[in-house]
Amino acid sequence: MDIDNLVIQFKKKDEKAFEKLYTMYKDSMHGVIYNIVRDNDIAEEIMQDVFIKAWHKADSYDVKKGRFFTWLINIARNAAIDKTRSKSFKNSGKNLNSDFFVDIIQSHDSLDDSTDAIGIKKFVDKLAKKCIEVIELLYFKGFTQKEASEELDMPIGTIKTRNRNCIKELREAVL
Amino acid sequence: MNINDYINSGILELYVAGQLSEKESSEVYDLMLKHPEVLKEVLEIEAAIVKLTASVSPKNKIAFNTIKDRLDNNTDSKVISLNRPKTQWLNYSGWAAAVVLAGGLIWTINQKSDLENQIQTVNTEKDFLEIQMETSKTDLAETKNLLNIIRDKSIINIPLEGQAAAPGAYANVYWDKKDDTVYLDLQGLPEPPEGKVYQVWSLTLNPLTPTSLGTIDDFIQDDNKIFKLKNANQSQAFGITLEPAGGSPSPTLEQLYTLGALASL
Repeated sequence: MDIDNLVIQFKKKDEKAFEKLYTMYKDSMHGVIYNIVRDNDIAEEIMQDVFIKAWHKADSYDVKKGRFFTWLINIARNAAIDKTRSKSFKNSGKNLNSDFFVDIIQSHDSLDDSTDAIGIKKFVDKLAKKCIEVIELLYFKGFTQKEASEELDMPIGTIKTRNRNCIKELREAVL
Repeated sequence: MNINDYINSGILELYVAGQLSEKESSEVYDLMLKHPEVLKEVLEIEAAIVKLTASVSPKNKIAFNTIKDRLDNNTDSKVISLNRPKTQWLNYSGWAAAVVLAGGLIWTINQKSDLENQIQTVNTEKDFLEIQMETSKTDLAETKNLLNIIRDKSIINIPLEGQAAAPGAYANVYWDKKDDTVYLDLQGLPEPPEGKVYQVWSLTLNPLTPTSLGTIDDFIQDDNKIFKLKNANQSQAFGITLEPAGGSPSPTLEQLYTLGALASL
Protein backbone atom coordinates (compact mmCIF):
# COMPACT_ATOMS: atom_id res chain seq x y z
CA MET A 1 0.00 0.00 0.00
CA ASP A 2 1.37 3.40 -0.90
CA ILE A 3 1.53 6.36 1.45
CA ASP A 4 -1.57 8.10 0.15
CA ASN A 5 -3.72 5.01 0.72
CA LEU A 6 -2.28 4.61 4.19
CA VAL A 7 -3.22 8.19 4.91
CA ILE A 8 -6.79 7.58 3.72
CA GLN A 9 -7.00 4.54 6.01
CA PHE A 10 -5.49 6.58 8.84
CA LYS A 11 -8.24 9.16 8.47
CA LYS A 12 -10.69 6.29 8.90
CA LYS A 13 -8.91 5.50 12.18
CA ASP A 14 -7.30 2.31 10.92
CA GLU A 15 -4.69 1.43 13.53
CA LYS A 16 -2.75 -0.87 11.21
CA ALA A 17 -2.33 1.89 8.66
CA PHE A 18 -1.33 4.28 11.40
CA GLU A 19 1.28 1.85 12.65
CA LYS A 20 2.85 1.78 9.19
CA LEU A 21 2.87 5.56 9.01
CA TYR A 22 4.39 5.62 12.48
CA THR A 23 7.18 3.29 11.41
CA MET A 24 7.80 5.41 8.32
CA TYR A 25 7.99 8.74 10.09
CA LYS A 26 8.93 8.17 13.73
CA ASP A 27 12.66 8.68 13.25
CA SER A 28 12.07 11.67 11.04
CA MET A 29 9.88 13.31 13.65
CA HIS A 30 12.28 12.36 16.40
CA GLY A 31 15.11 13.94 14.42
CA VAL A 32 13.24 17.19 13.86
CA ILE A 33 12.24 17.35 17.54
CA TYR A 34 15.71 16.38 18.73
CA ASN A 35 17.21 19.14 16.58
CA ILE A 36 15.07 21.60 18.54
CA VAL A 37 15.19 20.25 22.10
CA ARG A 38 18.62 18.50 21.96
CA ASP A 39 17.65 15.87 24.51
CA ASN A 40 16.97 12.29 23.48
CA ASP A 41 14.49 11.42 26.25
CA ILE A 42 12.49 14.61 25.87
CA ALA A 43 12.49 14.18 22.10
CA GLU A 44 11.16 10.64 22.44
CA GLU A 45 8.45 11.82 24.77
CA ILE A 46 7.37 14.64 22.46
CA MET A 47 7.48 12.33 19.45
CA GLN A 48 5.01 9.94 21.09
CA ASP A 49 2.76 12.82 21.99
CA VAL A 50 2.91 14.07 18.40
CA PHE A 51 1.70 10.77 16.97
CA ILE A 52 -1.04 10.46 19.56
CA LYS A 53 -2.14 14.00 18.85
CA ALA A 54 -2.13 13.26 15.12
CA TRP A 55 -4.27 10.18 15.71
CA HIS A 56 -6.86 12.11 17.68
CA LYS A 57 -6.78 15.04 15.27
CA ALA A 58 -7.03 12.82 12.18
CA ASP A 59 -10.26 14.54 11.16
CA SER A 60 -8.55 17.89 10.90
CA TYR A 61 -6.04 16.69 8.30
CA ASP A 62 -7.14 17.67 4.80
CA VAL A 63 -5.32 15.89 2.01
CA LYS A 64 -5.90 18.82 -0.37
CA LYS A 65 -4.07 21.25 1.88
CA GLY A 66 -0.77 19.39 1.93
CA ARG A 67 1.12 16.21 2.51
CA PHE A 68 0.47 14.09 5.59
CA PHE A 69 4.21 14.24 6.29
CA THR A 70 4.10 18.04 6.09
CA TRP A 71 1.15 18.15 8.47
CA LEU A 72 2.89 15.80 10.90
CA ILE A 73 6.21 17.63 10.84
CA ASN A 74 4.35 20.85 11.62
CA ILE A 75 2.78 19.31 14.71
CA ALA A 76 6.21 17.98 15.75
CA ARG A 77 7.98 21.32 15.34
CA ASN A 78 5.27 23.19 17.23
CA ALA A 79 5.27 20.65 20.06
CA ALA A 80 9.06 20.85 20.33
CA ILE A 81 9.10 24.65 20.26
CA ASP A 82 6.34 24.74 22.87
CA LYS A 83 8.48 22.48 25.02
CA THR A 84 11.53 24.74 24.78
CA ARG A 85 9.33 27.64 25.90
CA SER A 86 7.95 25.74 28.89
CA LYS A 87 9.12 26.65 32.38
CA SER A 88 10.30 23.15 33.20
CA PHE A 89 12.46 23.08 30.10
CA LYS A 90 13.96 26.51 30.74
CA ASN A 91 14.61 25.56 34.37
CA SER A 92 16.38 22.38 33.32
CA GLY A 93 19.25 24.55 32.09
CA LYS A 94 19.44 22.88 28.70
CA ASN A 95 22.04 24.43 26.51
CA LEU A 96 20.50 24.88 23.08
CA ASN A 97 23.61 25.48 21.07
CA SER A 98 23.27 26.90 17.63
CA ASP A 99 24.70 23.84 15.83
CA PHE A 100 22.97 22.94 12.61
CA PHE A 101 21.45 19.55 11.99
CA VAL A 102 24.58 18.57 10.07
CA ASP A 103 26.68 18.91 13.20
CA ILE A 104 24.41 16.45 14.95
CA ILE A 105 24.59 14.04 12.04
CA GLN A 106 28.37 14.28 12.00
CA SER A 107 28.61 13.73 15.73
CA HIS A 108 26.74 10.43 15.60
CA ASP A 109 28.76 7.32 16.26
CA SER A 110 29.47 5.73 12.89
CA LEU A 111 29.50 2.14 14.28
CA ASP A 112 25.77 1.59 14.12
CA ASP A 113 25.21 3.63 10.98
CA SER A 114 22.87 2.24 8.40
CA THR A 115 23.49 2.56 4.68
CA ASP A 116 21.25 5.59 4.58
CA ALA A 117 23.17 7.25 7.36
CA ILE A 118 26.43 6.70 5.51
CA GLY A 119 24.94 8.27 2.39
CA ILE A 120 23.69 11.21 4.34
CA LYS A 121 27.03 11.68 6.04
CA LYS A 122 28.69 11.79 2.67
CA PHE A 123 26.05 14.22 1.52
CA VAL A 124 26.38 16.61 4.45
CA ASP A 125 30.17 16.43 4.32
CA LYS A 126 30.25 18.02 0.92
CA LEU A 127 27.14 20.13 1.38
CA ALA A 128 27.55 23.85 0.80
CA LYS A 129 26.91 26.06 3.81
CA LYS A 130 24.12 27.86 1.95
CA CYS A 131 22.38 24.48 1.42
CA ILE A 132 22.70 23.58 5.07
CA GLU A 133 21.19 26.86 6.15
CA VAL A 134 18.29 26.73 3.71
CA ILE A 135 17.38 23.14 4.61
CA GLU A 136 17.75 23.86 8.31
CA LEU A 137 15.41 26.82 8.18
CA LEU A 138 12.78 25.48 5.77
CA TYR A 139 12.49 21.88 6.96
CA PHE A 140 13.85 21.68 10.47
CA LYS A 141 12.78 25.05 11.81
CA GLY A 142 9.65 25.64 9.72
CA PHE A 143 10.61 29.14 8.62
CA THR A 144 8.57 30.65 5.80
CA GLN A 145 10.36 31.59 2.58
CA LYS A 146 10.13 35.24 3.59
CA GLU A 147 11.58 34.61 7.05
CA ALA A 148 14.34 32.47 5.54
CA SER A 149 15.14 35.15 2.99
CA GLU A 150 15.43 37.75 5.74
CA GLU A 151 17.47 35.43 7.97
CA LEU A 152 19.88 34.54 5.16
CA ASP A 153 19.77 37.95 3.51
CA MET A 154 18.86 36.36 0.20
CA PRO A 155 16.04 37.15 -2.31
CA ILE A 156 12.98 34.89 -2.04
CA GLY A 157 13.47 33.60 -5.59
CA THR A 158 17.03 32.57 -4.76
CA ILE A 159 15.80 30.63 -1.74
CA LYS A 160 13.41 28.72 -3.94
CA THR A 161 15.95 27.71 -6.62
CA ARG A 162 18.74 27.09 -4.16
CA ASN A 163 16.46 24.87 -2.12
CA ARG A 164 15.50 22.97 -5.26
CA ASN A 165 19.17 22.33 -6.04
CA CYS A 166 20.04 21.34 -2.49
CA ILE A 167 17.21 18.84 -2.31
CA LYS A 168 18.27 17.46 -5.69
CA GLU A 169 21.71 16.74 -4.28
CA LEU A 170 20.16 15.15 -1.22
CA ARG A 171 18.00 12.92 -3.37
CA GLU A 172 21.02 11.79 -5.31
CA ALA A 173 22.82 10.94 -2.09
CA VAL A 174 20.08 9.00 -0.31
CA LEU A 175 17.57 7.62 -2.79
CA MET B 1 1.74 25.14 -18.40
CA ASN B 2 4.90 23.18 -19.02
CA ILE B 3 4.97 20.54 -16.32
CA ASN B 4 8.76 20.25 -16.32
CA ASP B 5 9.17 23.97 -15.79
CA TYR B 6 6.66 23.74 -12.98
CA ILE B 7 8.61 20.92 -11.37
CA ASN B 8 11.94 22.70 -11.84
CA SER B 9 10.65 25.94 -10.33
CA GLY B 10 11.20 24.50 -6.83
CA ILE B 11 7.55 24.87 -5.86
CA LEU B 12 7.22 21.16 -5.01
CA GLU B 13 10.09 21.38 -2.49
CA LEU B 14 8.27 24.27 -0.87
CA TYR B 15 5.05 22.25 -0.99
CA VAL B 16 6.65 19.47 1.04
CA ALA B 17 8.09 22.06 3.42
CA GLY B 18 4.55 23.39 3.94
CA GLN B 19 5.42 26.85 2.64
CA LEU B 20 2.65 27.27 0.09
CA SER B 21 -0.65 29.04 0.51
CA GLU B 22 -3.80 26.96 0.71
CA LYS B 23 -4.63 27.83 -2.90
CA GLU B 24 -1.17 26.88 -4.19
CA SER B 25 -1.23 23.63 -2.21
CA SER B 26 -4.60 22.78 -3.68
CA GLU B 27 -3.18 23.40 -7.18
CA VAL B 28 -0.26 21.09 -6.49
CA TYR B 29 -2.68 18.47 -5.25
CA ASP B 30 -4.75 18.69 -8.44
CA LEU B 31 -1.61 18.48 -10.58
CA MET B 32 -0.43 15.41 -8.67
CA LEU B 33 -3.68 13.68 -9.55
CA LYS B 34 -3.38 14.70 -13.20
CA HIS B 35 0.37 14.25 -13.75
CA PRO B 36 2.08 11.15 -12.37
CA GLU B 37 5.50 12.81 -12.80
CA VAL B 38 4.46 15.55 -10.34
CA LEU B 39 3.32 12.95 -7.82
CA LYS B 40 6.55 11.01 -8.29
CA GLU B 41 8.60 14.17 -7.79
CA VAL B 42 6.73 15.04 -4.60
CA LEU B 43 7.14 11.50 -3.22
CA GLU B 44 10.88 11.60 -3.90
CA ILE B 45 11.34 14.99 -2.30
CA GLU B 46 9.39 13.80 0.69
CA ALA B 47 11.34 10.55 0.96
CA ALA B 48 14.64 12.46 0.86
CA ILE B 49 13.51 14.85 3.59
CA VAL B 50 12.26 11.96 5.69
CA LYS B 51 15.65 10.28 5.48
CA LEU B 52 17.53 13.46 6.17
CA THR B 53 15.46 14.34 9.21
CA ALA B 54 15.56 10.73 10.46
CA SER B 55 19.34 10.78 10.28
CA VAL B 56 19.39 13.53 12.90
CA SER B 57 17.66 11.26 15.40
CA PRO B 58 20.41 9.84 17.67
CA LYS B 59 18.50 6.77 18.76
CA ASN B 60 14.78 6.28 18.93
CA LYS B 61 13.63 2.98 20.31
CA ILE B 62 9.98 3.78 20.87
CA ALA B 63 7.90 1.03 19.31
CA PHE B 64 4.37 1.60 18.08
CA ASN B 65 3.04 -0.56 20.92
CA THR B 66 4.24 2.04 23.38
CA ILE B 67 1.74 4.57 22.10
CA LYS B 68 -0.93 2.09 21.05
CA ASP B 69 -2.68 2.10 24.42
CA ARG B 70 -2.95 5.83 24.37
CA LEU B 71 -4.70 5.82 21.01
CA ASP B 72 -7.76 4.06 22.38
CA ASN B 73 -8.36 6.56 25.11
CA ASN B 74 -10.30 8.77 22.85
CA THR B 75 -10.30 11.74 25.11
CA ASP B 76 -9.56 15.17 23.80
CA SER B 77 -8.30 16.29 27.14
CA LYS B 78 -5.51 13.78 26.85
CA VAL B 79 -4.54 15.18 23.48
CA ILE B 80 -4.64 18.72 24.68
CA SER B 81 -2.56 17.82 27.68
CA LEU B 82 0.27 16.57 25.50
CA ASN B 83 1.82 19.89 24.65
CA ARG B 84 1.87 21.41 28.07
CA PRO B 85 0.97 18.74 30.58
CA LYS B 86 2.50 20.73 33.40
CA THR B 87 0.52 23.88 32.70
CA GLN B 88 -2.69 21.94 32.21
CA TRP B 89 -2.13 20.13 35.46
CA LEU B 90 -1.49 23.41 37.24
CA ASN B 91 -4.58 24.85 35.62
CA TYR B 92 -6.83 22.04 36.77
CA SER B 93 -5.41 21.88 40.24
CA GLY B 94 -5.67 25.64 40.44
CA TRP B 95 -9.35 25.54 39.58
CA ALA B 96 -9.88 22.62 41.92
CA ALA B 97 -8.18 24.52 44.71
CA ALA B 98 -10.31 27.58 43.95
CA VAL B 99 -13.49 25.52 44.11
CA VAL B 100 -12.45 23.86 47.36
CA LEU B 101 -11.52 27.23 48.80
CA ALA B 102 -14.81 28.80 47.74
CA GLY B 103 -16.70 25.86 49.24
CA GLY B 104 -14.74 26.18 52.46
CA LEU B 105 -15.40 29.88 52.55
CA ILE B 106 -19.15 29.44 52.13
CA TRP B 107 -19.15 26.75 54.81
CA THR B 108 -17.20 29.03 57.16
CA ILE B 109 -19.58 31.92 56.51
CA ASN B 110 -22.53 29.66 57.26
CA GLN B 111 -20.87 28.45 60.44
CA LYS B 112 -20.18 32.02 61.47
CA SER B 113 -23.76 33.06 60.83
CA ASP B 114 -25.02 30.06 62.82
CA LEU B 115 -22.74 30.92 65.72
CA GLU B 116 -23.81 34.56 65.62
CA ASN B 117 -27.43 33.46 65.85
CA GLN B 118 -26.59 31.24 68.78
CA ILE B 119 -24.77 34.07 70.52
CA GLN B 120 -27.78 36.30 69.93
CA THR B 121 -30.07 33.72 71.52
CA VAL B 122 -27.76 33.21 74.46
CA ASN B 123 -27.46 36.97 74.97
CA THR B 124 -31.23 37.33 74.99
CA GLU B 125 -31.52 34.52 77.52
CA LYS B 126 -28.81 36.11 79.62
CA ASP B 127 -30.59 39.49 79.60
CA PHE B 128 -33.81 37.78 80.59
CA LEU B 129 -32.12 35.92 83.42
CA GLU B 130 -30.44 39.11 84.62
CA ILE B 131 -33.79 40.85 84.75
CA GLN B 132 -35.25 37.92 86.69
CA MET B 133 -32.32 37.97 89.04
CA GLU B 134 -32.67 41.70 89.56
CA THR B 135 -36.36 41.25 90.29
CA SER B 136 -35.59 38.45 92.74
CA LYS B 137 -32.96 40.58 94.44
CA THR B 138 -35.38 43.46 94.80
CA ASP B 139 -38.06 41.10 96.12
CA LEU B 140 -35.62 39.61 98.57
CA ALA B 141 -34.50 43.04 99.76
CA GLU B 142 -38.11 44.12 100.23
CA THR B 143 -38.93 40.94 102.10
CA LYS B 144 -35.89 41.33 104.36
CA ASN B 145 -36.86 44.87 104.99
CA LEU B 146 -40.38 43.79 105.97
CA LEU B 147 -39.00 41.12 108.20
CA ASN B 148 -36.76 43.65 109.94
CA ILE B 149 -39.72 45.94 110.49
CA ILE B 150 -41.82 43.17 111.96
CA ARG B 151 -39.00 42.05 114.26
CA ASP B 152 -38.09 45.50 115.42
CA LYS B 153 -39.08 45.64 119.10
CA SER B 154 -39.84 49.36 118.99
CA ILE B 155 -42.63 48.64 116.51
CA ILE B 156 -46.13 48.23 117.88
CA ASN B 157 -48.27 45.47 116.43
CA ILE B 158 -52.02 46.05 116.37
CA PRO B 159 -54.24 43.25 115.03
CA LEU B 160 -57.46 44.49 113.41
CA GLU B 161 -60.48 42.16 113.71
CA GLY B 162 -63.20 41.66 111.12
CA GLN B 163 -66.40 43.71 111.76
CA ALA B 164 -70.06 43.37 110.79
CA ALA B 165 -69.47 44.42 107.16
CA ALA B 166 -66.84 41.68 106.66
CA PRO B 167 -66.69 39.19 109.54
CA GLY B 168 -63.97 37.02 107.92
CA ALA B 169 -61.64 39.93 107.24
CA TYR B 170 -58.57 40.78 109.27
CA ALA B 171 -55.53 43.03 109.06
CA ASN B 172 -52.38 43.95 110.97
CA VAL B 173 -50.92 47.33 111.68
CA TYR B 174 -47.21 47.75 112.52
CA TRP B 175 -46.64 51.21 113.90
CA ASP B 176 -43.14 52.62 113.97
CA LYS B 177 -43.48 55.57 116.33
CA LYS B 178 -39.93 56.81 115.75
CA ASP B 179 -40.61 57.30 112.08
CA ASP B 180 -44.29 58.19 112.39
CA THR B 181 -44.99 55.37 109.96
CA VAL B 182 -47.50 52.55 109.87
CA TYR B 183 -47.13 49.39 107.86
CA LEU B 184 -50.42 47.73 107.02
CA ASP B 185 -50.63 44.04 106.27
CA LEU B 186 -53.91 43.75 104.36
CA GLN B 187 -53.52 40.15 103.29
CA GLY B 188 -56.80 39.31 105.03
CA LEU B 189 -59.00 41.81 103.20
CA PRO B 190 -61.05 40.90 100.13
CA GLU B 191 -60.41 42.77 96.89
CA PRO B 192 -62.43 46.01 96.90
CA PRO B 193 -65.21 46.20 94.28
CA GLU B 194 -64.72 48.53 91.34
CA GLY B 195 -65.03 52.19 92.18
CA LYS B 196 -64.29 51.57 95.84
CA VAL B 197 -61.10 51.83 97.92
CA TYR B 198 -60.07 51.01 101.44
CA GLN B 199 -59.48 54.03 103.62
CA VAL B 200 -57.38 53.78 106.80
CA TRP B 201 -58.30 55.75 109.88
CA SER B 202 -56.43 56.61 113.05
CA LEU B 203 -58.78 56.87 116.04
CA THR B 204 -58.64 58.52 119.41
CA LEU B 205 -61.30 57.16 121.74
CA ASN B 206 -62.50 59.84 124.18
CA PRO B 207 -64.09 61.42 122.35
CA LEU B 208 -64.09 59.15 119.29
CA THR B 209 -62.25 61.11 116.66
CA PRO B 210 -61.27 59.53 113.32
CA THR B 211 -58.38 60.94 111.32
CA SER B 212 -57.82 59.70 107.76
CA LEU B 213 -54.36 58.29 107.11
CA GLY B 214 -55.09 57.85 103.43
CA THR B 215 -56.61 55.48 100.91
CA ILE B 216 -55.10 52.26 99.54
CA ASP B 217 -55.36 53.02 95.80
CA ASP B 218 -53.19 50.16 94.49
CA PHE B 219 -54.59 47.32 96.56
CA ILE B 220 -55.19 44.98 93.61
CA GLN B 221 -51.83 45.62 91.90
CA ASP B 222 -49.74 45.10 95.03
CA ASP B 223 -48.36 41.59 95.40
CA ASN B 224 -47.61 41.23 99.08
CA LYS B 225 -50.50 43.48 100.24
CA ILE B 226 -48.24 45.43 102.57
CA PHE B 227 -48.71 49.17 102.48
CA LYS B 228 -46.90 52.05 104.16
CA LEU B 229 -48.64 55.19 105.38
CA LYS B 230 -47.57 58.24 107.44
CA ASN B 231 -49.08 58.51 110.92
CA ALA B 232 -48.04 61.39 113.20
CA ASN B 233 -51.17 61.06 115.37
CA GLN B 234 -51.39 59.85 118.96
CA SER B 235 -53.50 56.95 117.72
CA GLN B 236 -55.36 54.71 120.19
CA ALA B 237 -56.98 52.50 117.58
CA PHE B 238 -57.00 51.87 113.78
CA GLY B 239 -59.93 51.11 111.47
CA ILE B 240 -60.36 50.35 107.80
CA THR B 241 -63.53 51.21 105.87
CA LEU B 242 -64.59 50.75 102.26
CA GLU B 243 -65.18 54.14 100.65
CA PRO B 244 -65.88 55.49 97.15
CA ALA B 245 -62.75 56.04 95.07
CA GLY B 246 -60.87 59.12 96.27
CA GLY B 247 -61.86 58.52 99.89
CA SER B 248 -64.32 60.26 102.25
CA PRO B 249 -63.82 63.07 104.79
CA SER B 250 -65.30 60.85 107.55
CA PRO B 251 -65.61 57.04 107.78
CA THR B 252 -68.75 55.25 106.55
CA LEU B 253 -69.31 53.10 109.62
CA GLU B 254 -71.63 50.63 107.83
CA GLN B 255 -68.64 49.75 105.69
CA LEU B 256 -66.20 49.29 108.57
CA TYR B 257 -64.25 46.15 107.61
CA THR B 258 -61.69 45.82 110.40
CA LEU B 259 -60.97 47.53 113.69
CA GLY B 260 -58.36 47.14 116.43
CA ALA B 261 -57.14 49.12 119.43
CA LEU B 262 -53.65 49.36 120.98
CA ALA B 263 -53.09 46.65 123.56
CA SER B 264 -51.91 49.05 126.28
CA LEU B 265 -55.32 50.68 126.44
